[in-house]
Amino acid sequence: MLNAQQQTTTQTRTDQRTLTYAEALREAMRQLMETDERVFLIGEDIGVYGGAFGVTAGLIDLFGPQRVIDTPISESALAGACLGAALTGMRPIGEIQFMDFVTLSMEQLVLQAAKVRFMFGGKVSAPFVLRMPGGSGTGAAAQHSESLENWFVHVPGLKVVMPSNAYDAKGLLISAVYDGNPVIFVEHKLLYKTSAHVPEEMYRIPLSQTAIVRQGKDLTVVATSIMVQRALAAAEELSKEGIELEVVDPRTLSPLDDKPIITSAIKTGKVLIVHEAPLTGGFGGEVAARIAASEAFDYLEAPIRRLAGRDMPIPYNRTLEYHTVPQVENIVEEARKLVRGEY
Amino acid sequence: MSDTDLQIAPDRAKELLETIGAEQAQEMLERMLLIRAFEEKCEELYALGKVHGTMHLSMGQEATAVGANYAMRRGYDYLLNHHRGHGHALAWGSDVNRMMAEFRGKETGYCRGRGGSMHIADVERNNLGANGIVGGGIPISVGVGLSIKLRKTDQVCLVIFGDGAANEGAFHEALNMASIWDLPIVFLCENNQYAMSMPVQKAFNIERISQRACAYNIPGETVDGNDVLAVYDAISRAAARARAGEGPTLVEAITYRYRGHSKSDRQLYRTREEVKAWMEKDPIPRFARRLIDAGMLTEEGFETLRQRAYQTIEAAVQFAENSPEPDVATILDGVYA
Repeated sequence: MLNAQQQTTTQTRTDQRTLTYAEALREAMRQLMETDERVFLIGEDIGVYGGAFGVTAGLIDLFGPQRVIDTPISESALAGACLGAALTGMRPIGEIQFMDFVTLSMEQLVLQAAKVRFMFGGKVSAPFVLRMPGGSGTGAAAQHSESLENWFVHVPGLKVVMPSNAYDAKGLLISAVYDGNPVIFVEHKLLYKTSAHVPEEMYRIPLSQTAIVRQGKDLTVVATSIMVQRALAAAEELSKEGIELEVVDPRTLSPLDDKPIITSAIKTGKVLIVHEAPLTGGFGGEVAARIAASEAFDYLEAPIRRLAGRDMPIPYNRTLEYHTVPQVENIVEEARKLVRGEY
Repeated sequence: MSDTDLQIAPDRAKELLETIGAEQAQEMLERMLLIRAFEEKCEELYALGKVHGTMHLSMGQEATAVGANYAMRRGYDYLLNHHRGHGHALAWGSDVNRMMAEFRGKETGYCRGRGGSMHIADVERNNLGANGIVGGGIPISVGVGLSIKLRKTDQVCLVIFGDGAANEGAFHEALNMASIWDLPIVFLCENNQYAMSMPVQKAFNIERISQRACAYNIPGETVDGNDVLAVYDAISRAAARARAGEGPTLVEAITYRYRGHSKSDRQLYRTREEVKAWMEKDPIPRFARRLIDAGMLTEEGFETLRQRAYQTIEAAVQFAENSPEPDVATILDGVYA
């Protein structure tokens, strides 16, 4: 097993094996199922179809329909199936076809899974992972493009993981399966085809361990999921102007490891938070509050700023959709302004 | 919904009693008495201001709890039940001291005082807990059934819910899934005539809730839930089917709660006469009479069981009273594994 803490960069060397985000997830699931008979997959169209985004493609051929279980369109019973199996010794990995549809599972997740351990005096655990693709950018319009992660961040008892690259996707999924808690594992549709170095070993990236994915002195950018990639692209562009961004990826949104964020804020004195989900009530508010309430307060040289999805449903039209959530150029512009003191 | 046609045939009752045997029959009766005594004490403690929260009493429904649970391999099979669950836990064989302690919010309670009356679970004995959400346990039973199937054991999951739960969408999803996969689940709908204040006659456009089984192509049966033998019989057959890999069954037990939905209920939706009429069909004297008639119990024997039940409860009250409160320093215990 690799020391995952050393592997926090998404940079790829040419002599290293690369996999896409989807392939990395698939490899993690294959290895988990090969090494642990308690692990099984359950979801809608995950068998022969391979999942709506092809993440589980081919796994039914390796493990059969007993362990790669197609369900009817029943998201409540699907979540309940994960929970009940987890309570009785299994390690299910469920798939919600689009994150939007998890709204139909909320009772089982929020009122049952999140609370069962606490409510029963710590005497049971519910170790399951529910994977789901969130995010816009595919023209799927308002009911297939949601970023609902902060709903779950607000529910103690659940963990919320959002990998931003293929390497993290594999290591975080393996950790999530063995975490012992219900884990909401939020993937991003636009990341599925992105590649990174992914070792073959079953390495783990610990949950609740925030990563500094790029060092910089001028501005801390805390970003989640695909916004990490956009922040890195923005950083490359600004670097040409002599502005160096420090990009911080929480990877696990809840429970949040805020220390590296606070340390980075102290170092740069300026913070921009970027996420795709709507601004109001979003994860960025929590990050901003934690920084403002910490020892970093005395080091801040500028207001903490947030760049997030507009407070609106995701539109269908390509141009409108593009302008609904932060893009690279928005991050460049906002970061430049912050660094130059033009806010 | 008339229940006259639900009477169990005398020959069948005799047969069942022979199968159960005098010793276990007396134990079942004693458990029914214990449930009644437990809940009477709950009311008393509430009136004394010793209870922090509310409670949902199942008085009148003891035959369903005991008949169903004794038809299972208690402690080996799985149980999921609902908010009106004191009787189910006691019938599953849970410890009355730890139950009373939980009711009082004490550290020695089943859930260390974190769950209370509505969330009693005895996970060491595979009682996966009472549920505060109507229908909340039904989807979970699908996962338990699936897990049993994947682990290839011969366990069965008994999931008990009320008439109100049968109108939740989760009921439909779960029964369908259990049916398509032949999961070893016994769905027991405890029809006590009211979902809070909503009578079943207004909430359903069918004669029997068990009719819904046909939509999932599984057996459905309605039994007299105030007859412990009738419930025992139906659940035994359903459990045997499940154990044999033949899939789930929906059993509806017709019963009645004597008390209101919870402590806030002024019972404006039903008459005193109606409650009185049901009390005439009280499951405890009915079963006692059966045992006496069958020569399995004497009048004195019944009195002994009754007294023992109340003594057991008094001891439980003392145990709970003397138990420590949870330490605030442990407040976060169990939020995460």
